[in-house]
Amino acid sequence: MRRSQVVLSKILEDKLALTGMLIVFSVMMVAVFAPWLAPHPQDVSQIHLTERLLAPSFKHLLGTDDLGRDLLSRILFGARVSFTIAVIAVGLCIIIGVPIGLYAGFYDNWVSSLIMRIGDIFLSVPQVVLALAIASSLGRTMENIILALSITYWPWFSNIVFAETRKVKKMVFVEATVALGATTFRTILFHILPNVLSPIIIRSSVGMGFTLLTAAALGFIGVGAPPPTPEWGITIAESRRYLPDAWWFAIFPGIAIFISVMGFNMLGDGLRDILDPRIRRGGQKAKREGEE
Amino acid sequence: MIPFVIFGLITLVFFIVRVTPSDPVSFIAGERATKEQVAELRQKWGLDKPLPIQFLIYIKQVVKGDFGISLYTHQPVMDDLMKRLPATLELTIAAMFLSILMAIPLGIISALWRNSWFDHLLRVVTIGGISIVGFWLGIILQLVFSYKLGFFPLSGRISGTAPQYITGFYVMDSVLTLNGNALLSAIKHLVLPATAVAFSSFAVITRFVRAGVLDVLRSDYVLYESAMGLPSLIIILKYVFRNAITSAVTQVGLVFAALLGGAAVVIETVFDWPGVGLFLVQSTLLADYKVILGVTVWIGFVFIAANLLIDIAQVIVDPRRVGR
Repeated sequence: MRRSQVVLSKILEDKLALTGMLIVFSVMMVAVFAPWLAPHPQDVSQIHLTERLLAPSFKHLLGTDDLGRDLLSRILFGARVSFTIAVIAVGLCIIIGVPIGLYAGFYDNWVSSLIMRIGDIFLSVPQVVLALAIASSLGRTMENIILALSITYWPWFSNIVFAETRKVKKMVFVEATVALGATTFRTILFHILPNVLSPIIIRSSVGMGFTLLTAAALGFIGVGAPPPTPEWGITIAESRRYLPDAWWFAIFPGIAIFISVMGFNMLGDGLRDILDPRIRRGGQKAKREGEE
Repeated sequence: MIPFVIFGLITLVFFIVRVTPSDPVSFIAGERATKEQVAELRQKWGLDKPLPIQFLIYIKQVVKGDFGISLYTHQPVMDDLMKRLPATLELTIAAMFLSILMAIPLGIISALWRNSWFDHLLRVVTIGGISIVGFWLGIILQLVFSYKLGFFPLSGRISGTAPQYITGFYVMDSVLTLNGNALLSAIKHLVLPATAVAFSSFAVITRFVRAGVLDVLRSDYVLYESAMGLPSLIIILKYVFRNAITSAVTQVGLVFAALLGGAAVVIETVFDWPGVGLFLVQSTLLADYKVILGVTVWIGFVFIAANLLIDIAQVIVDPRRVGR
């Protein structure tokens, strides 16, 4: 596809987007190859009480935690946990939100307005709060966290797709396609969807970062995946009892979250400049972002 | 529209919280409770009735402003909420104040010096601001400024006794009662949590001010005024600023609502700040479903009301919007 080549070459020119892409790529690689990269892969669950709370050294580059586990290894494996959560959650949001947005945007009937109002209900509470309620009543498992995050985030996708579909639908080429006898299904799938793809891609990138943050917050509060899952938010929560002496225990997982989220935000910001030239850096579109 | 969303929200949260695999009654009654005791509690709280009936009863209560009684504190949820609200508001307002104070000048400078090193630096800083984990930043601040340097207290709202209750805002109450020690202590306790909360809102608002100023700078009337020979300082202060601020107003409102419900929840936990967020988190861990339900719905109210107020404020700041 030519368009994707153009986009790629523009990403390579934009320093911010390029840096973001490189960060995202490296963190994903870490997530995939964690068992090979980690210096002590067995440490994710193995406890060594004699080596508890050791400061960073050559043997344990980032120190050890309260159960003597190598922090670096746990952080690397944590990338797996966080990325699994974020990728599946955002994927589910796309699967739920995009068809709904396309349907509601294309048809102008009571069903479409009902769906959009239902989406508004989910947006009427900050995501952390609603996800907290869902995750706490469903119980502490990875699946429930993913469920809570996607239930609370899909309306962002349906709203954007809805607005864009409404715009595209009025364009002449859609009218022409319909006049040529294309079925509604074909019109939506092959003519409208490709034209609303850019905002979906931007939202996915920003959404990945946002989901990583919310997942960490849920873990920190104590409704995340159960221990000994090496989730970053949980690790920070565990570290609090050992402050200020075991500073490494709190600092390094936070840096891991920061780097990953920053990667997605930089990529999303750069993609917005590239894919959506009408809005340069924080125009109207970012208005919605503030609500997060 | 708004009644529909509120009703939908109550319905949604009610069924989410009530369709739990864990039974709140046996959880609270303890392992040693007999069957009769559990059944008695069940009846006392109306949990023996079918779920739809329970829902109708709950709706009836909420309409009257009653969120029921907490299963743990045995106080009305609404009372506990109101007691904790000033703490959350105080923290959020302080954070907003901090972020606006920083964001407006920095956003304007960055727009005026577009593509300069300063602009690029600020872009990186603001992206960093929305990427940083608020609770982690809070812990770092504690680590540096209270554990290591000892400049600020670790947690809580005040040391010693609280000032006499007037508004519930410690800073304001200590000013009103001319209590210098309390004022100093209250402000000192406020600095770290407010900074932690402010970081993300600062980033969002800065981006908006910058974008707003850029839009105005490109407009024809600014071109006209500079062609007329008006000094650029006057153009900026009188025309650019006034118009750029309209876009920031919306943002400030949205950010405020988001902070009130979102960021504050987690950061209050870090600083043991006795506000609504900490209340919610503690109740979540205790599975106190009445409080979870009440607080979530209540935050929803605040959020919806804030959005409404923003729409109104926008029309006041920018009357051109009325027709749209």
